[in-house]
Amino acid sequence: METLSYRHKAQERAAGSKSLAIIGVVASGNLEVLVERVLPDTECRIDINTAAEGFGAVWEAVVADFVERRSPGGLKLSINDGGARPDTVALRLAQAVRLIEEDDQ
Amino acid sequence: MTLDDILTSLFPKGHDVANDKGVLLGSAPLQSGGSAVVIGVAGRSPLGVDEAIRLSRHVLDAVEQGGEGPILVLVDSDSQRMSKRDELLGLNEYLAHLAKCLIYADMQGRPTVGVLYGHSAAGAFLATALATRVLVALPGAEPAVMDLPSMSRVTKLSIDVLKEKAKSTPVFAPGLNNLAQTGAVLTIWDEKTSLAEQLQTLLGSIQDAGDQRDRLGKHRNGRPKAADIAERVHDLALQSK
Amino acid sequence: MNISKSEAPAVPIVVNRKIVSWYEASARQRVRLMLDAGSFHEFIGPEQREESPHLQVFDLPTQFDDGIITGRGRIAGAPVFVAAQEGRFMGGAFGEVHGAKLTGLLRAARDTKSVPVLILFDTGGVRLQEANAGELAIAEIMRALIEARMAGVKIVGLIGGRAGCYGGGGLIAGCCSALAVSEQGRISVSGPEVIETNRGVEEFDSRDRALVWRTMGGKHRRLLGGAEAFVDDTVESFRNIALHLIDAVSGFGPDVLKAEQACLEQRLQRFGLCADAVDIWKAEGVADTEAVPAMAAADFNDLANKAREPRYDAR
Repeated sequence: METLSYRHKAQERAAGSKSLAIIGVVASGNLEVLVERVLPDTECRIDINTAAEGFGAVWEAVVADFVERRSPGGLKLSINDGGARPDTVALRLAQAVRLIEEDDQ
Repeated sequence: MTLDDILTSLFPKGHDVANDKGVLLGSAPLQSGGSAVVIGVAGRSPLGVDEAIRLSRHVLDAVEQGGEGPILVLVDSDSQRMSKRDELLGLNEYLAHLAKCLIYADMQGRPTVGVLYGHSAAGAFLATALATRVLVALPGAEPAVMDLPSMSRVTKLSIDVLKEKAKSTPVFAPGLNNLAQTGAVLTIWDEKTSLAEQLQTLLGSIQDAGDQRDRLGKHRNGRPKAADIAERVHDLALQSK
Repeated sequence: MNISKSEAPAVPIVVNRKIVSWYEASARQRVRLMLDAGSFHEFIGPEQREESPHLQVFDLPTQFDDGIITGRGRIAGAPVFVAAQEGRFMGGAFGEVHGAKLTGLLRAARDTKSVPVLILFDTGGVRLQEANAGELAIAEIMRALIEARMAGVKIVGLIGGRAGCYGGGGLIAGCCSALAVSEQGRISVSGPEVIETNRGVEEFDSRDRALVWRTMGGKHRRLLGGAEAFVDDTVESFRNIALHLIDAVSGFGPDVLKAEQACLEQRLQRFGLCADAVDIWKAEGVADTEAVPAMAAADFNDLANKAREPRYDAR
């Protein structure tokens, strides 16, 4: 198992007022993302637990790209990874931010 | 100890427990007075629909007849019977029904005592030994949830690797010590002294305090989380609107 | 890649229920969509991070909720306790934390007395990596469930997920007040592969899907009396049947146990020599047994009600 953690500055605070959201399932080729609005507006953090060791560079790139595109200011995103491909990771991260930016139902 | 030795030691005044192809049914006077109803599975027999239905009937008959004595469940079984026929006929219902009868009897004041003296596994274990208020074992008993070869096939890890991992945790491997440490088995009896006396002591100590197995597992460091998680969910639920 | 459509951006919930597949939905989606909008409050949610302490030994990833959601909500305005298993995490199997969440919920139901429980089963049984803890959890769940039923609580099981309802999950299901199953649902103690490994492919060919479904699937369980209701694979169908069953089931006590004993004895007398499910269906008066597997729910339920009226007082 490998644990990775990335902190970034974000250009903007993530929209909305929800404090918590979760998406995905920990299964082969899949992952879950728990997102919590607990940080200052211009900071974000992505913590990853993964059984696939040695992909630090790939995670770093996917995360950097995600932060650049989605500006997840104020959000801590925690990932349990079941060996997902980078495009699935990117999708889940985007879904997670979209969920926490939605109005409460 | 053979089954006959166990029955003689448990019931020095005699008993009428019969063994019909591995299905044990009967009753016996207790050393201290009163009598016990006895059911069980013997000879490492699998527990299927045909066996379970007879065991549950005996329990229900005992409850209907009234009385206050305990119901003993003697266990040396295989797993549930693994067959097309048993599943076709709804084995899950037959095993659940047996467990329900035992749990119901216990809640009606007939303390249920499991005595594991041989093997048991999986669904058979759940419907018999694990459906009693309290479970004791004799030395040499070999409970298992699943045998290591099957576990090896499913997890795709070698038996050696599993055995190595089992050294650091009691939470998955078969064996009496592991099932005691996780809270399933309350105590291991001494086969060199009277089982009747040990039974009497046990019956005298049974409290109406609900299912304590998770607390026991925590106390013995076999299941560090279960009791606390259950209590937290329970308390949160009671507070909820 | 596994991207299910039901994880797309939200659309109005009422429309979703009728078209969202129960089978395709995650446990979280089932709970959110089945209950009244916004009514669900989770007990020990994922943000609490109560993950399994035992999976690291096997280099396996954990899930924040350990694969089960427990909480309280409303269905058509009435309160319910809900537990939903995620069948795609570790096969929905019972581990130490996973099981304890359900145990605690049932003990709370016992003490509350007036709030029914819905268990959304999706499980292969005991989680092998935590086998002893999982097995014990199931035993404790069964005990707590019967204590709750003795206190008057209605407990309804819903079965229609990827993992089915296998192993110890099948025993818990047998303790519920009533069960609803869909086409995709299966209930069994031993799984198809295990039967084949133990008894040989002549006894049971685990790759014969039609055989697996005839023996363990939703339609057979309904026709046999192993489930009270057969429903469509939609969240709406499961929601409606949950409401119906909560209302229809009787309490629990000696009469129920005696009735169940009689039913199960009679089942062995009538069908104990049947070699296959179709023999059981024929014996129950089903004329065209070959048509059964492909039948849609509405037609199947007409047929099933003629063959066997459901009972709500014998489980």
